[in-house]
Amino acid sequence: MEENQDPQGAERPAATIRTMEIVVALLFLLLGGVVAFDSYRLGARWAEEGPQSGYFPFYIGLIICIASLVTLLQALFGGAAGGRHAFVQRGQLKQMLSVLVPAALYVLGIQLIGIYVASAVYIAVFMVWLGRYSGFKSVALGLATSASFFVMFEIWFKVPLFKGMFNPLGFLGY
Amino acid sequence: MEEINALFHGFSVVLTPFNMLLMMLGIVLGVIIGVLPGLGGANGIAILLPLTFTMPPTSAIIMLSCIYWGALFGGAITSVLFNIPGEPWSVATTFDGYPMAQQGRAGEALTGAFTSSFVGALVAVVMITFLAPLVARFALQFGPPEFFSVYFLTFCSFVGMGKGSPFKILAAMMLGFALAAVGMDTMTGRLRLNFGWTELMRGFDFLIAVIGLFGIGEILLSMEEGLSFSGKSAKINMKVVIETWAKLPQYWMTLVRSSLIGCWMGITPGGATPASFMSYGVAKRMSRDGHKFGTGQLEGVVAPETAAHAAGTSALLPMLTLGIPGSPTAAVLLGGLLIWGLQPGPLLFVEQKDFVWGLIASMYLGNIAGLIIVLTCVPLFAAILRVPFSIIAPIIIVICAIGAYTVHNAMLDIWFMLLFGVVGYVFKKLDYPMAPMVLALVLGDRAEENFRNAIKGSEGDLMVFFSNWLVGGIMALGLVMLFWPLISGLIARLRGAH
Repeated sequence: MEENQDPQGAERPAATIRTMEIVVALLFLLLGGVVAFDSYRLGARWAEEGPQSGYFPFYIGLIICIASLVTLLQALFGGAAGGRHAFVQRGQLKQMLSVLVPAALYVLGIQLIGIYVASAVYIAVFMVWLGRYSGFKSVALGLATSASFFVMFEIWFKVPLFKGMFNPLGFLGY
Repeated sequence: MEEINALFHGFSVVLTPFNMLLMMLGIVLGVIIGVLPGLGGANGIAILLPLTFTMPPTSAIIMLSCIYWGALFGGAITSVLFNIPGEPWSVATTFDGYPMAQQGRAGEALTGAFTSSFVGALVAVVMITFLAPLVARFALQFGPPEFFSVYFLTFCSFVGMGKGSPFKILAAMMLGFALAAVGMDTMTGRLRLNFGWTELMRGFDFLIAVIGLFGIGEILLSMEEGLSFSGKSAKINMKVVIETWAKLPQYWMTLVRSSLIGCWMGITPGGATPASFMSYGVAKRMSRDGHKFGTGQLEGVVAPETAAHAAGTSALLPMLTLGIPGSPTAAVLLGGLLIWGLQPGPLLFVEQKDFVWGLIASMYLGNIAGLIIVLTCVPLFAAILRVPFSIIAPIIIVICAIGAYTVHNAMLDIWFMLLFGVVGYVFKKLDYPMAPMVLALVLGDRAEENFRNAIKGSEGDLMVFFSNWLVGGIMALGLVMLFWPLISGLIARLRGAH
């Protein structure tokens, strides 16, 4: 695509595949190292009653390190076809984040005010913000969804869900 | 015929009003799950699993397995009408299904898809009926080394049969094993890899991983593509159904071939997705109309659907007989078994006859019921997809969060679900496979237990894995699978040299 057709750079890559390959391989390497190290600390050898707790995970960590090291080297020096292509384009990243960030805030909301209230707010806000629905419709659907989950879990299945640190629904007595 | 008697006993278990109701409910839920983006067989069942804790195990497995059949059927609807595969295994169905819908032959494509799915499933169920008891009887003689060798073969097959980089497959798989090791060591009671964090004592539950990887990850991916559903409408009436059924017998060879590919890929952990692609490819090469594939050939819908359903169904054979699931969804069902207090493995066929044969009988009935339901209710299910994404997406995320919470009543799990969602998104884009990771997370503890018991018995001598022809043979096959990328590369080079 020509630059002038795309003034906001929505089709420019936010990261190339190669960059992401390297980042992910490094994360794997770190993780494998942590697993192997902690297993070694626990004891990865042979005790009198059999293999120690760290025996199996130690080798798991080791294999992660070796496998991701190869992937890392391939990404660095392999010049694999398509490595320069976009992992994600800017416009795509923006759309993806417009779901991920609210979802993260929603989970934070659950922690504070519980599943039911947070869900109603989340659905309503999502509909208004991304779906451009009217406030009334959005709030109504949010409340209806939450209420039906409440009836289903608290009353029907008797499975209490998380009410949050502040428990705004405490007055209901569930 | 012992199996026939057992099967009829199974039918008597299933044919109660309560179980039949659950079966219908499961199918309908399953189709809805299959149609919705972000919800699929694996995470749909994972979310509903906690609600079955109080049910009798047989009723619970009937409902959950019917959700699985429903999801397999549902994937075809979105592929044909919207060109959006609702499930990974229905990607190949879009190749010819959507062009058919564009030509106004949606009814024919859907009838063909559903019917061939049914045929594939039926072949797989018949195979399970007669093969499963034999495998179970054989596996009764297994000790820890044999079980470990079967696990070993399962995981090595991922490397040998996978399409992507073997090192990525290995890394993803080992990540699953590492996550499985977090928490209490079941053999010594010591805490591992929790770094003093008591909340991690519980370890990572694979249900959380499944909900995050397949649910949240899928939503993030579909959002990126900026989904706009613009689909074809479909009406299926009796006339179209009968006309299509009259055409299907001429594809008998494709049906047989695809069923066999599906059964093979389902028993070995290839799974439904590669089975559907492989079957489509083979049909394209073998068919007289091969060059027309992709322009709306009924045969191009029949081939992948038959194989996907056959693979999805036969994935339950190793799960029931050996405790090794052939697909992520089968892995979730296996997790259910453990939660209901049943020990998966060959003893199931001896100790839990009602459960095993009830399940097998329900596979016959469930697929018949499924075929009838999807043929009659297509417009209804297609209407679900016309609900805008900005309403469906938040509701699916809410459902995932509730599902993640109910597994252990732990708030932390919802955070982990979100984290797994991001991991799923990145993995999908970089071709790290998720199925081996999920399977390793499920089987990790038991693979380790068998490994440790085996070398404990031999006092640390690893040669115990080659101590008799059976275990040695399976291990050798596993090693061949593990190094297959290397071996096939060498063969190709040798051929090139000549």
